[in-house]
Amino acid sequence: MTALTAAAPTLEVRNLQTHFFTRAGVVKAVDDVSFSVGRGKVLGLVGESGSGKTVTGFSILGLVDEPGRIVGGSILFHGQDLAKQSEEQMRQLRGNRIAMIFQDPMMTLNPVLRIDTQMIETVQAHTKVSKEEARQRARDTLGMVGIPSPDERLKSYPHQFSGGMRQRVAIAIALLHRPELIVADEPTTALDVTIQAQILAEVQKLCAETGTAMIWITHDLSVVAGLADDIAVMYAGKVVEKGEVAPVLDMPLHPYTAGLIGSVPSRNKRGEPLKQIPGMTPNVMRLPPGCAFRTRCAYATEVCKQEVPFGEVAPGREVRCFHPLFPAKQGEAA
Amino acid sequence: MSLYLLRRLLQAALVMLAMSVIVFVGVYAIGDPVEILISPDADQMERERAIKALGLDLPLWMQYLSFLGNALRGDLGRSFVFNEPALQLILQRMPATLELAFGATIMALIIGIPLGLYAGLKPKSFGAKCIMTGSILGFSLPTFWVGLMLIMVFAVQLGWLPSTGRGETVDVMGMRWSFLTWDGLRHLAMPALNLALFKISLVIRLTRAGVRETMLMDFVKFARAKGLTNRRVISVHVFKNIMIPVVTVVGLELGSTIAFSVVTESVFAWPGMGKLIIDSINVLDRPVIVAYLMIIVLMFITINLLVDLSYSALDPRVRLENK
Repeated sequence: MTALTAAAPTLEVRNLQTHFFTRAGVVKAVDDVSFSVGRGKVLGLVGESGSGKTVTGFSILGLVDEPGRIVGGSILFHGQDLAKQSEEQMRQLRGNRIAMIFQDPMMTLNPVLRIDTQMIETVQAHTKVSKEEARQRARDTLGMVGIPSPDERLKSYPHQFSGGMRQRVAIAIALLHRPELIVADEPTTALDVTIQAQILAEVQKLCAETGTAMIWITHDLSVVAGLADDIAVMYAGKVVEKGEVAPVLDMPLHPYTAGLIGSVPSRNKRGEPLKQIPGMTPNVMRLPPGCAFRTRCAYATEVCKQEVPFGEVAPGREVRCFHPLFPAKQGEAA
Repeated sequence: MSLYLLRRLLQAALVMLAMSVIVFVGVYAIGDPVEILISPDADQMERERAIKALGLDLPLWMQYLSFLGNALRGDLGRSFVFNEPALQLILQRMPATLELAFGATIMALIIGIPLGLYAGLKPKSFGAKCIMTGSILGFSLPTFWVGLMLIMVFAVQLGWLPSTGRGETVDVMGMRWSFLTWDGLRHLAMPALNLALFKISLVIRLTRAGVRETMLMDFVKFARAKGLTNRRVISVHVFKNIMIPVVTVVGLELGSTIAFSVVTESVFAWPGMGKLIIDSINVLDRPVIVAYLMIIVLMFITINLLVDLSYSALDPRVRLENK
């Protein structure tokens, strides 16, 4: 492999726009989202509920339901634009080269079908193998994600598993075809902390071993800090800040990112009330013109009512803000 | 499992016992069959002899006890009118009603499920709206009127289908069945459709509601995210989930169809149990009425049990396990 192809990202999303055309108006759930993720890398896609993270994930897999539609931008998977593929071409990619893990493990497995049925059908949807071979592969993958006695467990129904085990099954299903890209939509949110830590460690190991690129959608910055290489922060359908994890978390440039980091409970400020971002996420149906965050932002000025460009303000640091929080500037202001 | 069955059988016996009391007392309250059965010219002696012969001179509780005792030996009394065992009378008519009810149910499933699936998957399409409007008609048009209209159109005007009777029958296991001959099928078609109309609408609505609800579930989206074809997602993942309510309702409906297909049987002169019970009520033929109602109760209990058992086949979460 040449240096050039090694450097080419597995997935590159450019100016993606996914809108929902409802009777009450157009909901711009995803409005100008760009990011890329390379082989073996993990991108943390962070934001509050309703910021468009999940819709971004569904857009990549071509699973946006009516009345939603991708109206602009491109989703380049190895250079091939997924937004322009036919439904059948997308079907062949889904679960095969691009897989998804969902948020709630109690809901993602079909309650009336056995685990083996649900795994074997996934294998057979993409490769012509006998049922027996498919079963072998299902069993091996279950073992790989840490499910004890996979042979017996294959014959179980979802309700016979705990939440953590079900999520492992879902992850195993996602891994059946060794995908090049996994979109994980808050996969550990519904699990308790110890299980969360186990699953994070295993996922990280699998990604590193297989070179799978991963988009980890979450609202939990502590998960991103430990897992991701890059981070993209979303607010009201737009990416507001993007960069490598360590610099973004150490020195956030967008006031929203700073607010998110400030509101993470920490151990060394005992006794103080937790900080929070004032106000609420705006109604995506009636976004204020200009920066959607300005109504909650302490740094907002008149200029923020204009359309904010997304651009590099420092090497490797892209921000959508007229007033990025450079430490120097913060010093000046004080 | 066997413990569960045993418990269910015990419950069934209790229900039968309670029903027998209610039915017996109820039928006693309707009126005195003596007035209808015995000719008004008969003198006192003849009247009393007849009353004694029918066992109507005993107090109600003694009549009931003797009925119960006989019933336990499989004897549900003799018809006052036909002077035949009531049970035999009913069982002779049963195949006619059964094939009508099953024909209607099968029709309801074959027509209702695909239409309901379509209406649920494409709720905004013109076709779906037509189906849903049609199902309202199916619910609200009275059965007897639809029956008459069917006869008008297909029997009188077009002359395609016969309007009355069962047609040619075949003897299987000592019972006469008409669905095994072409002529019988032709006779069966219209009454079965008439009886099925309400059920078709019911199945359409149930299926549509189930599809619309299930399509929004995460597991459907996950199934699509696995790269399954739409056909597989719908025919396996969605279908298996919507079958639970459909089976429940259709199962219970089957019972009421068998019990109350009276109207359709009357319109098409279909010689089934429904017609027999109407005739028996007219002449207050108590043993037949009681026997009929007891058989219907037994049938409902059996169907309920079968529906419960079929749940465990459809839904692993309610599977009965020996633990």
